[in-house]
Amino acid sequence: MATEAAGEGTGLQFHPMDQFIVRPLFGDGPVQWYTPTNVTLWMFVTLLAIIGLLVVGTRGRAIVPSRIQSIAELSYGMIYKMVEDVTGKDGIKYFPYIMTLFLFIVFSNFLGLLPEAFTTTSHIAVTGVLAMAVFITVTVIGFMKNGAGFLGLFWVTSAPLVLRPVLAVIEIISYFVRPVSHSIRLAGNMMAGHAVMKVFAGFAAIAVISPVSILAVTAMYGLEVLVAFIQAYVFTILTCVYLKDALHPAH
Amino acid sequence: MISLLQEAATTAVEHGAEGAEYGAEAASHGADAAAHGAEAGGMPQLNFDTFPNQIFWLLVTLGVLYWVLSRIALPRIAAVLSDRQGAITGDLMAAEEFKQRAKEAEAAYDKALADARSEAQKIVAANKAEIQKELDAAIAHADAEIAARAAESEKRIAEIRDSAQTDAETVARDVTAELVRAFGGNTDNADIDAAVDRRMKGVMQ
Repeated sequence: MATEAAGEGTGLQFHPMDQFIVRPLFGDGPVQWYTPTNVTLWMFVTLLAIIGLLVVGTRGRAIVPSRIQSIAELSYGMIYKMVEDVTGKDGIKYFPYIMTLFLFIVFSNFLGLLPEAFTTTSHIAVTGVLAMAVFITVTVIGFMKNGAGFLGLFWVTSAPLVLRPVLAVIEIISYFVRPVSHSIRLAGNMMAGHAVMKVFAGFAAIAVISPVSILAVTAMYGLEVLVAFIQAYVFTILTCVYLKDALHPAH
Repeated sequence: MISLLQEAATTAVEHGAEGAEYGAEAASHGADAAAHGAEAGGMPQLNFDTFPNQIFWLLVTLGVLYWVLSRIALPRIAAVLSDRQGAITGDLMAAEEFKQRAKEAEAAYDKALADARSEAQKIVAANKAEIQKELDAAIAHADAEIAARAAESEKRIAEIRDSAQTDAETVARDVTAELVRAFGGNTDNADIDAAVDRRMKGVMQ
């Protein structure tokens, strides 16, 4: 796509995927597992932003909260209530884990919307690890809490006996597809939105189209702001749903 | 707000599915591009050389984040929220207590008012009784005086009446005696008395 556009010699340069390239921060060498890269930088920024909101923002411990403390309490209350509502009282002890996931994703998504930023959650390597962590944790918790009873999740007792083996196969497939859909949904949304914005921005090089292009980029940006939050919310609520399945496998 | 978010979430899930499709398309596209020319580079997401790096830094970040949240941030916010809840509950209880106290004060005030009123009534009644007594005494005194004066007057009237009768008899006898004498009659006192008495009967009574 990019080569074709460049090849026509119109001066249009489309590099919508360049923003996702992982580069070393210092020098130009190969990316080793320990190399500080732009991934490192933006994860660090995410971490600092979260600490700024939840630790520095609440340092007053005020009964009547400041604005930042209100936001911190709001996010705490929202996820706490979500965990409580979806997984029940016994899911509360996994609240810090779910809060970690939510905050990391929502801050990565929003920081990725800054110009020149690197969106860590647009990478399948990152979301895949997050989703696999949820999948493995949930499966382990399910077997630890219920033993073999956890397999009851796949044996739909409310269905007619003849259908149960068929349903069991479907349930098992859907169970193992979970981490895939869980991770690709987040990474796909992030990547697609950013790439589309880059493509629209590329058209701004043509003077006639540029107003339309700018309007389109603005509209996409608004949509992406929405998507950034909604995808974090969806990822978190699905984690809660999976956790509920592990804690209460009966249908 | 939550229900709205959930609604949005369900649509976003559908949207996500589309996004995933798009991602898959883009992936195949990227692979094509990679096949066409090395300078295009394909999808950075599928460059597996960078995976260990991303996964390593992600795990570091998540570890630090989890530590910070579970050790510092979340307990602190939980403490603030429970403090606030406690403060609100305490304030509500204090308000309830003040209300109770106000009610008691009102009851005490009402009671004091009623007491004062009954006291006033008692005093009024006592005063009234005293005045009545004095009044009665004065009336009795006045009655007695009036009665005494009336009796005295009666006595004097009776005296006057008696003296008038005696005077009238005397005058009548003298006049009768003089008349009899003037006519040259025999003046016998006994006869004259008898005659006067006879004529005066029925006049003086």
